[in-house]
This record gives sequence, structure tokens and C-alpha cells, in this order.
Amino acid sequence: MKSGELENVEIRLLLEGVHQIYGYDFRDYADASIKRRLTHWLAESEFDTFSQAQSLLLRDRSVFESLLRGITVNVTEMFRDPAFFRAIREQVVPFLKTYPFVKIWHAGCATGEEAYSMAILLNEEGMAGRYRMYATDINETVLQKAGEGVMPITEMQRFTRNYQKAGGTASFADYYTARYDRAMLSSALKKDIVFAPHNLAVDGEFGEMNLVLCRNVMIYFKPALKERCLSLFDSSLLPGGFLCLGLKETLEKKKMGERYEELAPTLRIYRKRYG
Amino acid sequence: MRSWRPPCVSTESVMARLFRAVVVGVSTGGVNALQKLLGQLPADFRLPILIVQHIGPEAGSGLAKLLDDRCALRVKEADEQDEVLPGTVYLAPPNYHLLVEQGGFLSLSEDPHVSFARPSVDVLFESAAEVFGAELVGIVLTGANFDGSRGLKTIKQKGGVAIVQDPADAEASQMPQAAMAATDVDYVVALDGMAALLQNLAPGRAARQHKERGRNG
Repeated sequence: MKSGELENVEIRLLLEGVHQIYGYDFRDYADASIKRRLTHWLAESEFDTFSQAQSLLLRDRSVFESLLRGITVNVTEMFRDPAFFRAIREQVVPFLKTYPFVKIWHAGCATGEEAYSMAILLNEEGMAGRYRMYATDINETVLQKAGEGVMPITEMQRFTRNYQKAGGTASFADYYTARYDRAMLSSALKKDIVFAPHNLAVDGEFGEMNLVLCRNVMIYFKPALKERCLSLFDSSLLPGGFLCLGLKETLEKKKMGERYEELAPTLRIYRKRYG
Repeated sequence: MRSWRPPCVSTESVMARLFRAVVVGVSTGGVNALQKLLGQLPADFRLPILIVQHIGPEAGSGLAKLLDDRCALRVKEADEQDEVLPGTVYLAPPNYHLLVEQGGFLSLSEDPHVSFARPSVDVLFESAAEVFGAELVGIVLTGANFDGSRGLKTIKQKGGVAIVQDPADAEASQMPQAAMAATDVDYVVALDGMAALLQNLAPGRAARQHKERGRNG
């Protein structure tokens, strides 16, 4: 057997063990990228092979936690894809305003930058106190960071530029306090967000949502797991609710696609049809 | 390493092989290079071509459209879960890595930059080598960095074919030079001869029929 194939077997065995022992299911993650991440983790670890690492990984939770940090991607920024947030402000918020109270599920929120961006946007549109946002992620370490809302000050210039391009109506500096090399987001942004653990591969739906965001999370999943997520979002959304995907993701060729209309096709904002 | 100029005498060991895909990595000077290379390929070139062109994160999808307008082949920006189809050119979207999955589907990732780039040539090459093995052609074109050299080495290790643009012919010579330093390259070719080389490696339908008639007759 070639070494590459051997490694693939080792990876399958490891992911199976991780699933059985820790309940984290990475078996339906797209092979190419998870293999890259696992190989990267292995190279930085003290182990030579996955078989060698497996013994400790399955027994010592702290070793598993380091693996988990390595294989869950946490790339995010505030007002990432400014055109998307502008479209939310201009095309989605007018609908949301017609409800006395709206519920939002942000699946795969990582360190929370996009959730806070949404809070800023909704507050500027006069919806403060009229929404609750459930921001979830599989990785509890990043959720804790998300709850703290502290970011490197060096990022603020880029975030400010995004905020302006996204149609921000105030001054971005009003939303954080700078101290040394950190920026702390204002607590007014935090009070309507609930950060909670949720695993898209095994956990259930969130009821009666008006807006579900899941951007650039499902790109790492195999088709079957993608379908599982989409049906989860579908059953969470109220008729007339909105589904937002990453810019390179689409409902085309997906089972539930016909129940949705494209509100902003290139920005992947979909609206669930009535009836 | 062989220098190659058209018209070519086929080296049977390589020519007789069947390939399933071509991967291309290119950086500085890439827009011109890709127009030239793809522009010279006929509509019946049967291999899928997967391309990483280094590009800014907010570049939009203008390059795919420009190339599509000027080439006989269909050029598109890769969407996640695209099936790799013959005679189609897939460009990595700005700010995403492009990868090949088992079964010949494309996937995208936002993993950290590799070789200072996203999309990274190494990421595409390494994942394609994993899936296509020896049935893969890897090409490194002009560029002012070293992305692609590790990936081209992996392609060679899996038995694939490595082609590098002649550094003297490249707008920026570092990337071809780094690739040549990293691995034993099969062909070093000027851009003008590259389309002909590819057609020799993977003859189109008309050329294949002609060849077969010649053999049988």
C-alpha cells in the first residue's frame, strides 16, 4: 500500500474514533481540506503518524482540543463582503422591520465578527431591543472569544473600511474602546446576542427564525452533510424568512432550492416562499 | 529536463499516457500569459484545466469572463461542488483556495494563506495530485514568488508530468525558477509552444482519430 493511501486509512480511523469518543463528527467533511488541516496539525505536533497520535488523542481531551482548534477554520472579519451587508441593510431589513420582534440564527459564527456586524447594522436601523440573535459554533474556544468581543486593534482599519463600504451610517470608532493593542466592542452590541455551542453535523434546528446566516461553513462539508444543514435551516425558517450563504455557495441543484427565491442572486440572499 | 520546441517528436512513454486534468499556477504577468496559452487551445481540447492565478481578495470575477470571451474553451470561475468536466477551464475565485476532491469535484476553502497566497498554487496542485496521481499535468507559469514549487514536486512524486514556462520567456522568472529548483521538471517551454505541447500530451478528438487511422492503416 502506498503511504498516501495508508494515511487516508489512518485519517478515517482517527475521525471515526473522535466521533465515537468526543461526539464531534468530521467524517462528512470534504476530504481535501480536512486532510490538509490534519496534516498541518500533525506536522506541528510531536507525533510522526496519525496512528501514533491516535492513542493519546482518544485518551487525553486536551490533545483532542488542540486538534479541534486545528481543524475548525475560524476565518472571519467584521462586515466581510461589504456588498452583502449593504444588501441586508437595504433589501432585508425593510422586511424585518414589519415584525414586532425577529429571531436570527447565525450558524458557524466563529469569533463573532459577523454577528457583531449584524448587531451594529440592526441597531443603526432602529431595531435595537427588537431582535435576538443566536450565534452558534462547534468550537467552544472560539465562542468564548466571541463572547468577549475583544479584537486586535490592528484589524480596526480594515473593519472600518468594510463598515463604510457596507453603508454604515455612524462612526465605526463609536462601537469600540481602544486599549493598548486591543479593541473592545461596546456592551450595547452584546446584549441581544446569545453565543451557544451547536454542531451542524449532529444537533437539531432552531425554531421560528426570520433570518438564518451560514456563510462559508458548508463549503467544508461533503454533499450529504450540506443537504442536512440546508434542511435544518429550512425547518428553522419561517415562511418569508431569509437564508444567507457565502458568496460561492448556492441553492442551485439543492433539494430545498425550489422553495426559495433569490433576493440578491450574486450575494446569495434567498427568501423562503409562503406556502 | 528537456527543452521542447514545436513541432515535436513524441516521447512515447509520456505521449502514450492518458491524462485526466491539467493544473496551472500563475502570478505576476498571468493575465497575458493565460490569454496566450488558453487562446491557442482549440475547443476540442478534452482535458479540464484548473487554474490558480494570484489575485487580490476583492478582484471580482472579471478575469474568468475576459478569458471566456477570448478562448475557444469555456472558462468559468470555480463554484464549490463543480464537477470537473472535460474541455472546461476553472479559475480559482479570489480569496478562496481551490481544491480537488475524490470523485473529481471541486471544493473551496478559506484556510489561512499558503505560500503567502489565497488562492495558493500549492494547495491546488497538492490536492489535484492526490486525486489524479500520475494522470495529471502540472504547469508553472510566470510569477514573482515561489508558490507552486512544492505542489509541482508533489505532482512529480505521484508520477505526473511537470511543465514550466521557460524563465527567459516569463514576465517574472522567479516562480518558474523556483519550480525548476524544487523538482526535476519534464518540459521547459516558452509560452508559444505550450498549447502545442499540451495537445500532444492530450490529443483532441480529430487528432486522435487521425493518429488511429495512421496506426491501423
